[in-house]
Amino acid sequence: MVDNKEKLINATIVGNPNVGKSVIFNNFTNTYTDVSNYPGTTVEAICGRSGNFVFSDTPGTYGLSGFTEEERLARDIVLRSDMVINVVDATHLERDLFLTQHLIDAGLQIVVALNLMDEAEEQGIYINVEKLEEELGVPVIPTVAVNGDGMEKLLKLLCAARVGNITPGIMENLSYYKLPQRESLLVAEGDLDTANRNNCKPGNRRDLFYRLRRDRVNGIVASVVREITVESSMASRIGHIMLHPVTGIPMLLLTLFLIYQLIGVVVAQTLVGYTEEIVMGGMYQPFIRNLLSGFISEQSTIWSILAGKYGLFTMAVTYLFGLLLPLVMGFQLVLSILEDSGYLPRIAVLMDRILLGMGLNGQAVIPMILGFGCVTMATMSTRMLGSDREKFIAIVILAFTVPCSAQMAIITSMMAGLGFYYALAYGLILFTIMVSTGIILSRLLPGSPSGLWIDLPPVRLPRLSNVLKKTWIKSTDFVQEAVPLFAGGALFLSVLEITGGLEAIENLLVPVTVNLLGLPKEVAGGFIMGFIRREFGTAGLFTTPMNPVQQFVALITVTFFVPCIATAMIIFKERGWKQGAAIWLSIFVLAFVVGGIVSKLISLINIMPGVSVMPVLSGITVLVLALVLYINWNGEESLSR
Amino acid sequence: MTLDKVKKGQQIIIRKILDELVRAQAIRFGIAEGSVITCQEIVPAGPVVVRRAKQEIAIGRNLARNIDVELVN
Ligand SMILES: Nc1nc2c(ncn2[C@@H]2O[C@H](COP(=O)(O)OP(=O)(O)OP(=O)(O)O)[C@@H](O)[C@H]2O)c(=O)[nH]1
Ligand SMILES: [Mg+2]
Repeated sequence: MVDNKEKLINATIVGNPNVGKSVIFNNFTNTYTDVSNYPGTTVEAICGRSGNFVFSDTPGTYGLSGFTEEERLARDIVLRSDMVINVVDATHLERDLFLTQHLIDAGLQIVVALNLMDEAEEQGIYINVEKLEEELGVPVIPTVAVNGDGMEKLLKLLCAARVGNITPGIMENLSYYKLPQRESLLVAEGDLDTANRNNCKPGNRRDLFYRLRRDRVNGIVASVVREITVESSMASRIGHIMLHPVTGIPMLLLTLFLIYQLIGVVVAQTLVGYTEEIVMGGMYQPFIRNLLSGFISEQSTIWSILAGKYGLFTMAVTYLFGLLLPLVMGFQLVLSILEDSGYLPRIAVLMDRILLGMGLNGQAVIPMILGFGCVTMATMSTRMLGSDREKFIAIVILAFTVPCSAQMAIITSMMAGLGFYYALAYGLILFTIMVSTGIILSRLLPGSPSGLWIDLPPVRLPRLSNVLKKTWIKSTDFVQEAVPLFAGGALFLSVLEITGGLEAIENLLVPVTVNLLGLPKEVAGGFIMGFIRREFGTAGLFTTPMNPVQQFVALITVTFFVPCIATAMIIFKERGWKQGAAIWLSIFVLAFVVGGIVSKLISLINIMPGVSVMPVLSGITVLVLALVLYINWNGEESLSR
Repeated sequence: MTLDKVKKGQQIIIRKILDELVRAQAIRFGIAEGSVITCQEIVPAGPVVVRRAKQEIAIGRNLARNIDVELVN
């Protein structure tokens, strides 16, 4: 029986990045927060209640130090908690016990979950758990979180949480501060936020304490861990192939090609061809029109709202379920597999050099790749980046240039109809704008990118259950978020169309749509939808018949169009309303500038007799990219001299 | 010499980490002045990947330039 009057206990799950904290959290609370095989999956505190405990999952951290925003978040939650469940990676005790000892030195009540025991065994690492318990002075429970091993015991032993054995040489330095132990430790270590909060001067003991702690941890590890050499595993060999310069790049290209084959060909053409044309177009739409015509006359206003050009039950439903949903699921599936494999941090290492030129470091590749799933989530994960400057650059690049899965969905299926050279030119333009945006921002903003420092997780075979669960949850989230917005948007457009407001707007926008972009004026409706979500905009645009070149220009423009409402809200939250508004408005204008340039360029190429447009456009884009890189490279040279 | 000059496969001992923040960050990973690490891979013009015990860490070239090391024979 749970006594309701009993006080709730705040139990915080803390540990180094990528050690299985979220798996344990999900286990305890019966929920699902993202689990992936790269450091930095969880970027915010997540709470869940079970019995008398309120569990918080936190971003991974290597110490209570607050060097990055994620670490500061974790630190603040730890400081406020009643007890801590410290999740430790049994294969990296030397690294992980530093945080454990840090928590002990802060005088917190602790239970240690010694996780990933299965991998430790595979790698020939044997840990004397009793000895470890004795050395640390807190309960240690071996676990294999993904199988649920040890979870019951861990839950049972939560009330046995204890204060452990503090590092010798630290306590005597703390009495000077008249503060609780956890606060005084951080102040002594020079933690600015904690010092400010307590109105005292930050101390200068960080170097000393860290060294003492490191020595103590090394001593403990030496006395509790026994290692035998085992043959290097398949996984670690694959890890090396991914990083080796000669094999790494071809492997990356091969991966991209396979993703393209799966999404661009199998899902976008075969599957969507079936769901959109046969299921929705051939079966669902006639069925619903037939059904509705029993109640409403086909000339009425209601008819055009429900079953007309922007009809709720026709266009909206077909696009959502026939086109978007299968593709969003495809993208999420691929991303989940990538996230679980441990490949992302290795791509970050390979791309580090390129990203430095854009004012970022390799780590920023992770939010960029996640952006192809959902730009909103990716914007949040920019918290893993080292400096505010990097966060700003990454957020702008994401909002301006990275199409999310839903938008990629429509783009891929449009490109499939347009042909290879269109897709090539599109890809090159996207890449060029992405790189140029980074380079320009990096030039404009003072400062330089922080250095890469990333620990590489082991390569793992993605777990099918996790991949499927994540894909399912992200796809249902998409439907829940998109349905009301899409329905609202479609309704709004229909009303505009019926009242004649749409035509007024279309005429008003003629200078942009017709004169600048060379598109039919009816596309204005698409752009209005684009304010809500870019993929609605894209879908809306293509309800108007256009020739291939017009389709291409429209696709380019809407790709760079303003980010969806959800992303905009996150940007405003992360950057404040002033910067947020500036980012949003700039993107709005730049989208038409880019579209206009491409449109005019195509008209110019068209004047030349006997050339095919798209190959030439691709060539020009490559030249522009080369020029940008060359100028930037020269600039870097002269700067470093 | 500095970490960015190390060749693949070499075993090295860390002598000095110049930047204070990097030093604090490194010590948490188990890389302190005096620890022995192996250079696992070098991405041309890019990061240096080192290994200590079972942990692989990629260190950007600019950071590596600020870490003094010595070869272990
Ligand atoms: N083999 C094995 N894998 C595990 C175990 N626990 C977690 N994992 C895997 O480790 C990876 C990281 O798990 P997460 O729960 O996302 O780790 P986290 O600590 O929340 O990571 P961050 O949020 O990035 O700090 C995932 O790929 C899990 O499937 C375990 O006991 N054994
Ligand atoms: Mg997590």
